[in-house]
Amino acid sequence: MKLFTAETEVKTQKKVVLDDMILTKDLPTCAGSKMLDGYMSLFDAQVVTKLSEAQIGICGKANVGEFAIDLLGETSYYGACTNDGKLVSASAEIVKTGKADAAIVLDVNGAPRRAAAQSDLVYIKPTYGTVSRYGTIPAACSGETVGVISTTANQCKEILGIIAGHDDKDGTSHADTVCQKIKTSSEKITKIALISAFNVDSDTAAKIDNFKTVIEKSGVSCHTVEGEKLLCARVAWNILMSAELCNNVSRYDGIKYGHRASEYTTIGELYTNSRTEAFGDLLKTAILYGSDTLSTENYMKVYDKALRIRRVVAEYFDELFKEYDAVLLPGCSKSFYTEKDIETNKYISFEENACTAPASITGLPAVVAGGVQIVGKAFSDAGLLDLAEIYEKGGK
Amino acid sequence: MKYETVIGLEVHIELATESKIFCSCSAKFGGEQNDHVCPACCGMPGMLPVVNKHVVDLGMAAGMMLNCHINRTTTFDKKSYYYPDLPCSYQTTQWFSPICVNGTLQIETSKGKKDIRIKQIHMEEDAGKLVHDDWTNTSLVDFNRTSVPLIEIVSQPDLSSAEEVVAYLERLRSLLRFAKVSECRMEQGSMRCDVNLSIRPEGSDKLGVRTEMKNMNSISAITRAIEYEVSRHIDALENGTEELVQETRRWDDIKGKSFAMRNKETAGDYRYFPDPNVMPIVIDDEWFDSVKNALPEFPEIKKAKYIELGLSEYDAGMLSESISLCECFEAAYEVCKSAKEVANWLISDCMNIVNKKQWTVDMLNLDGKSLGMLISLVMEGKVGRTNGKKILEAMFDDSSINPGEYAEQNGFIVSNDTSLIESVIKEVMAQDEKSVTDYKNGKEKALMALFGKCMRQLKGNCDPQLLQKLLIDCINKA
Ligand SMILES: [Zn+2]
Repeated sequence: MKLFTAETEVKTQKKVVLDDMILTKDLPTCAGSKMLDGYMSLFDAQVVTKLSEAQIGICGKANVGEFAIDLLGETSYYGACTNDGKLVSASAEIVKTGKADAAIVLDVNGAPRRAAAQSDLVYIKPTYGTVSRYGTIPAACSGETVGVISTTANQCKEILGIIAGHDDKDGTSHADTVCQKIKTSSEKITKIALISAFNVDSDTAAKIDNFKTVIEKSGVSCHTVEGEKLLCARVAWNILMSAELCNNVSRYDGIKYGHRASEYTTIGELYTNSRTEAFGDLLKTAILYGSDTLSTENYMKVYDKALRIRRVVAEYFDELFKEYDAVLLPGCSKSFYTEKDIETNKYISFEENACTAPASITGLPAVVAGGVQIVGKAFSDAGLLDLAEIYEKGGK
Repeated sequence: MKYETVIGLEVHIELATESKIFCSCSAKFGGEQNDHVCPACCGMPGMLPVVNKHVVDLGMAAGMMLNCHINRTTTFDKKSYYYPDLPCSYQTTQWFSPICVNGTLQIETSKGKKDIRIKQIHMEEDAGKLVHDDWTNTSLVDFNRTSVPLIEIVSQPDLSSAEEVVAYLERLRSLLRFAKVSECRMEQGSMRCDVNLSIRPEGSDKLGVRTEMKNMNSISAITRAIEYEVSRHIDALENGTEELVQETRRWDDIKGKSFAMRNKETAGDYRYFPDPNVMPIVIDDEWFDSVKNALPEFPEIKKAKYIELGLSEYDAGMLSESISLCECFEAAYEVCKSAKEVANWLISDCMNIVNKKQWTVDMLNLDGKSLGMLISLVMEGKVGRTNGKKILEAMFDDSSINPGEYAEQNGFIVSNDTSLIESVIKEVMAQDEKSVTDYKNGKEKALMALFGKCMRQLKGNCDPQLLQKLLIDCINKA
């Protein structure tokens, strides 16, 4: 089991691990793919620069699933991580075992949220556009965000405060005054919509009940809402994610860097053989699916429809936020996954992302704490972390 | 049967920006291979596109010169295809909402004036260049040109002959150079043209089978290619020599023939979709107006104005061919108020220097105001014309030169000190008694020899008329 794909010694008081989707000049960045095995970036990601400026050491790179689209990292070229027969995410496991104070991850398809929910860690996927994506390996740019996994809400808040902010090098980055909003809680969360449309196992249901009981002690009221519309986010996100992924990984053609097949006679064979050898099954499936959704024949029927669903989901959230301060939904449907789950269903990550897709597709902030996921209004990140802190303190 | 030709053009123009469209690498032509590259424009992961605002300025300017509607919200899209010169395997272009639509370009041919409709103008990035080395049987790629900003100007199929196509391209080039959108140098590839051509029986309103010739980069080759294609199409229809199919063809100018490109190179689904990393660009009134207000008048309007200022048709035409000459002329005229003098200096003296330096007119970097000051000095007789030319040459090398100060520092100020001039004249007369005698015996040319010697001795710093008068006086007195 390989938790770290690269490790280095640090002397700073605080240290973090980066998941291997975040580019570093001094350590290889491989995106869990044979294609980028040993790839050395010429530059550091913006978050890396910001962490260094804040005297926070980077102790290494955490193993990650190929281009971070899987369940918990099981599709990594460097192997899946397990603990006691259960699949675990390398970055979450590193934090949980105290090897790092926090993990900085690229949340593409919800893996960090599933990991935090299952290992009882705190996680924040901040509002889209408040943390620079400069220097993150692109997978599904319209919804992926740099996030922070840690042991406490306060720790998440502290790290987020360091890495959030405007960056000229990211065209989707908000103005700095807007980015700063996520660092201070303006309104307290007092009324929550508890979404019931998602099917979950009994352990997960118990976590939700427990979370509800605890926060109700501090005067937060929870109201059950069916929230069926949120279920359609998954299908739309799978389309958008696959399409963007297909396009983003098309640069890995064996020409400039990365894996190149040794056997080929034509340029077409060079492309095909290199990519066939270096990409894993799940990624290949996503590439084919994504390519198909963007074809002239299917663009309007599939891709454009997914864009419309994105709007429908966003509008549904807006509607909920008229009445509630935040929306509570599971981070994943099960309290753990085993390798057998993946053997039985290769595409399980395209189904289990049902709980994470609503926040991915809308760019809304999501916090995982106590095994549940709370999605808030745009820029309400600090408020969500406050709620996580209330939970940590047992509702006091 | 009589046939008519239907032609539509897609013209790619590299924009005259300092840097590339999404990164800060130089967009200049030339340089060593892979000199102008960074992780972004050679397709490494992690860099995000940040739109160069000047590209949008120039895209708008091109549209305004061609009477287009400017879309106030414009977006970028990704076009996917695999080729080693395309480092990301996608090109960022505008598919769903191009910056300009619905324009016109008026051309003039032997048959008179005609409006050609412009369908749209979109912005996009260029691809790199493959260099094939037959010796080692390898292909190398040069990314200097990747992400250099381009606009593609798409016309409606309103053109009907090679003559019209040439007129269209020349007019387009002239207007875009004028608006400083591009240098439009076909030989450097900063202007390239795809020709879509079909023929149909005269009077028919049904379009025939269309073929496309890609990447034409010389006007004379385009003429030859069109003539060849038209006769090939007619031959196919009349004599059944071949079946016409819609396809992309390559023009071989040496063989004088077009060839069908292998289907593999051209077919394919580009899978366009909006680029999520580039936010929609919103052009507000302030931005729109700043571009609009900076646009030059059309060349023919300038020409008419210059003629009104008293210039000949020829001189006015010469000046209005280049925006650099126009700008220099207008600024100099503001200062010295003599159109004729400025035109002379620009067309003969300045152009001589430009030619000597093997520049193009558009490389003229002279400050028009300084030129005007220089011309004033010469017109007022404060600096001799020959010395004026010397100052002009210095101004080409250093545009910060103030002609008045430079003249003083270098002893180019005309002296009207009669006693000094007379002493020089006497000296010269003493050295060249023969010319003095010759002149007295009626040989007019001898006076010029003496005049020249005096002027040289005075280093040109003398009013020629004054010198001549004093010289004649002295000879007569002697
Ligand atoms: Zn560059």
